[in-house]
Amino acid sequence: MSPITRGFRGRRRDTVDPARVPPGQYVTRDFPVLSAGPTPHTPLPEWSFTIDGAVSEPASWTWEQFLELPADTVTVDIHCVTKWSKLDTEWRGVRVQTLLDQIETAAGYLTAWSDGGYTTNLRLDDVVDDRAWVAYMYGGEPLESEHGGPARLLVPHLYFWKSAKWARGLTLTDDDEPGFWENYGYHNHGDPWLEQRYQGD
Amino acid sequence: MARAALPGRLTWQLGRVLELVGETARVKSIMIELPDWQGHRAGQHVDVRLTAEDGYEAQRSYSIASGPEDGGLLLTVERLDDGEVSPFLTDELRAGDEFELRGPIGGYFVWEQRLGGPVLLIAGGSGIVPFRAMLRHRAAVGSTVPFRLLYSSRTWEEVIYRDELLAAPSGDAVDVRFTLTRAWPDDWTGSRGRIDGALLRDVAWPDADQPLTYICGPTGFVEAAAAGLVNNGHAPGRIRTERFGPSGG
Repeated sequence: MSPITRGFRGRRRDTVDPARVPPGQYVTRDFPVLSAGPTPHTPLPEWSFTIDGAVSEPASWTWEQFLELPADTVTVDIHCVTKWSKLDTEWRGVRVQTLLDQIETAAGYLTAWSDGGYTTNLRLDDVVDDRAWVAYMYGGEPLESEHGGPARLLVPHLYFWKSAKWARGLTLTDDDEPGFWENYGYHNHGDPWLEQRYQGD
Repeated sequence: MARAALPGRLTWQLGRVLELVGETARVKSIMIELPDWQGHRAGQHVDVRLTAEDGYEAQRSYSIASGPEDGGLLLTVERLDDGEVSPFLTDELRAGDEFELRGPIGGYFVWEQRLGGPVLLIAGGSGIVPFRAMLRHRAAVGSTVPFRLLYSSRTWEEVIYRDELLAAPSGDAVDVRFTLTRAWPDDWTGSRGRIDGALLRDVAWPDADQPLTYICGPTGFVEAAAAGLVNNGHAPGRIRTERFGPSGG
């Protein structure tokens, strides 16, 4: 156990099941915002989502085409590396698997990229099946820009910086290439249950 | 693309409180002695971990207030009334107490001489903390990069580091401006009200100078200031932001 801090008791929430809160996290009802720069605002007619890189042929969808893809409504817990967790968040979006089904690739990794220049790297096996979505609704409403709208990645089993806001595409890669925060010392994989916050964790 | 240097593993270490200083009614600075501190860059933060007698732990992040050249580690903490950690740090903590820290963390919201300028710092409330580290670093290395600081507080009494900010040497290329949003002293000559496009136009460097801008404060404040600068024609890629949400603490 860590050394005791004299006089610290903490304020536990009785209403929260501890098994749902990863180590070092606390549960919030707010939806805090974290981003490294100004919020971009891409008009929907100019928006597209692209899969390129190590693929047989790139694929791209306009906003209208994207909304016509099969979508899931999912309720998941999300965990930010800045320590907050938010339980039972409801999203609607397209499975990344649905997009990957449209291309052929032997790549093992990908870089998600966003308006504003943000990038984050993921293993392909972290975004297949029902592990990741490109979400465009939150709580039954269109996703607000400060939370990553019009569309963001949703990879709830990893720290939330992997769920790139303002996502515009996935570039598949043969090698694992660190993204924005990963280049600033944050963990390459980011599993909250293993508390992989920073490099070396 | 060249890969940025990655720091080594960040291990928890036990810090000892040397001194506590009241900055305002709700804000305290904590001087901490650490057994093995490798130094930091201006703008970085640390993680704090507190442990209760029954093993319950709570972690939070706090910006580093001291400059890299100051020696020691100074954190400045604002008491959030519904917070879990900050009321303990501001109300219960005493000199000689110990708690765990690890860091430094973050490498983007950092200013160093090589990044140049001119620099505009925009702070809301306790968002001033990382900027104190940047201003002290600038002074310590004898930088001549022009700096402007626009600092928004609710009242004059809530301005953190007030004496230090007012003591900026005349002739030095650091221009400090305040805006107060709730109440003003009778003889107040600074700005009044929240930061808006007009105040930003007045304070910001011309975009042609390719200024580097840092904004730190609550989410709504940062959103408004960043959007205001972008609307005024500033390049989004030259604006770096750090936000703390309402749930901090």
